[in-house]
Parts: sequence; C-alpha cells; structure tokens
Amino acid sequence: MDPIHQFQITPLFGEGMFAFTNSSLFMVATVLTITLFLILATSRSSLVPGRWQSLAELSYEFVANTVRQTAGQEGMRFFPLVFSLFMFVLIANLFGMVPYAFTVTSHIIVTFALAMLVITTVIVYGFWKNGIRFLRLFVPAGIPVFLMPLVVAIEVISFLSRPISLSVRLFANMLAGHITLKVFAGFVVQLAAALGLVGWGLAILPLGMAVALQGLEFLVAFLQAYVFTILTCIYLNDAIHPGH
Amino acid sequence: MEALGQYIGAGLATLGMGGAAIGVGNIFAQYLAGALRNPSAADGQFARLIFGFAVTEALGIFSLLVALLLLFAV
Repeated sequence: MDPIHQFQITPLFGEGMFAFTNSSLFMVATVLTITLFLILATSRSSLVPGRWQSLAELSYEFVANTVRQTAGQEGMRFFPLVFSLFMFVLIANLFGMVPYAFTVTSHIIVTFALAMLVITTVIVYGFWKNGIRFLRLFVPAGIPVFLMPLVVAIEVISFLSRPISLSVRLFANMLAGHITLKVFAGFVVQLAAALGLVGWGLAILPLGMAVALQGLEFLVAFLQAYVFTILTCIYLNDAIHPGH
Repeated sequence: MEALGQYIGAGLATLGMGGAAIGVGNIFAQYLAGALRNPSAADGQFARLIFGFAVTEALGIFSLLVALLLLFAV
C-alpha cells in the first residue's frame, strides 16, 4: 500500500556499490530492446518499408527533424547522441508504465547523469569549436553597459541551473505521476476493505480515475522524452552558434 | 515539533505550483489563440511551444523539489 515502495532499489546479485540491481536490469532491458528493435527493423530493408521498418524510419525522421529545426544542419553531427538519449528516455519511461516494472528515470541520479552528459558535451564542444568566444553566450548583444553586470549574472545563473532543471524535470514528472497512480490504485483497495459491498461499488470511481491517469502517463512519458531531446538540441545549439 | 514545521513548509512550498499552472495554461492558451488565427503557421511553432512549456514547468517542478527535500532530506 506504500506508494513509494515501487521506487525501492534491491540488489539482484553482487553486493554494495557494485551490485546488479533491479534498476540495472531495466537499463539493460531498455538498451537491449532499442538495439534489437533497430537491428531487426532495418536488417531486411526494402524500398517500400514494412511496419517495423517504417516505425524505425519514423523515429529516425522525428529526431532528425527536431535536431535540424533547433540546432541547424551543423547540429546533425550530434544526431547519434540525441537519438540515443531520446530512445533511452522514451523506452525507459514506457517500460515504467508496465505494472510491477521499475521506472529507471524515476531516480534523480540516472537523469542527472544524462543531464551532466549533455551539459559537459555542450561546454567541451563550445570551447573546442569557439575558443574563448564561447563566453559570449553570457553577453547578449544590444544591452546597455550599465545593465551588463546584472544581465551577465542572470545568464550565468540560468546556465548553471540548466543541468538541475533538465534532470529534475524528467525525474519529478515520472516520480509524481507514478505516485499519483499508486495512490488512486490504493483508494480502490482501501474502499473495498473499509465498506465491503458498498465499497466495491464506490471503488469504480477511483478505478476509472486510475485508468484515465494511466492514459495521461503515457502522454507524459512520451512528452518528457521529447522535451529532454528538444532541450538537448537547444543547449547544443548554444555551443554551435554562441552569442545570439 | 520539528516534523510539524517540515510538513507545514512542504505544504507551503507546493503553493508555487499554482504559479506554474497559471504560466503553463497561459502558454497553451496563447498558442491556441495564435494557431486559430493563423493555422498554417501553427506547426512551425510547435517546438517553441514545447520549449516554453518546459521552461515554465521547470519552476513549478522546483517547488515540488523543495517540498520533497523538506519531507525527506532535511
């Protein structure tokens, strides 16, 4: 009945810091699913794609269009990174929607690691490509001189809060959604246990709500993967074209 | 007594989500208003809609974070 219980990490084998946990298991399952799906869907590729091949092409085109629109043609060199991030987050979120499954992205350390990967890529590539001119990112054009210290301070703070907001958004959405689902599912059992036959009748209300929320959670699972991808592209765009 | 303060603080922190709700509602309302006036331009602005939604939502998520920190980390 504890709505937090679903996020428990239990070691399956191994001990301490090197244990293979249920979280690791679902991460491996996510990567295997994506790899198998893409390999099998494109192995016998034909000019007129079948169902699986068009699904793979659809996901490629979807991410490629997002990258081209937000980071330009130059951003396509980061396509492998962006596509891997999108597929990993999406499939991990969707795995979490299966009852009794573990949601990898509901742990902040996982999403924070992904966000730090993105931000480190942005900083390293930004300095490698633009040198010291990368710092123009913090100095918007056309600002009066006397406002400059304030604006630069705000820009620096906003840049530093990016990894936090990127990771916490995904983590908190998955956490809050799954807790809400379990709370409403708990109402069904509690009503039936407390009121007997009348409770079974009344339990239809929270059950319907839980079903509706499940649908909403599928939307959130996709939307958050998309938001993570598009923000990655926008941050990469800062590294490719700083100073506007 | 300390635990009481934590619960009151966590409850107060959730009020910040109301602000995020107003902001997110405003973004989608303005997008819809603009999309109905000029439907042909609507698809091109979808990425910006999602970006604005994500940035606004982040502030509401921060207040949830404060509430969770007060409950479990303090």
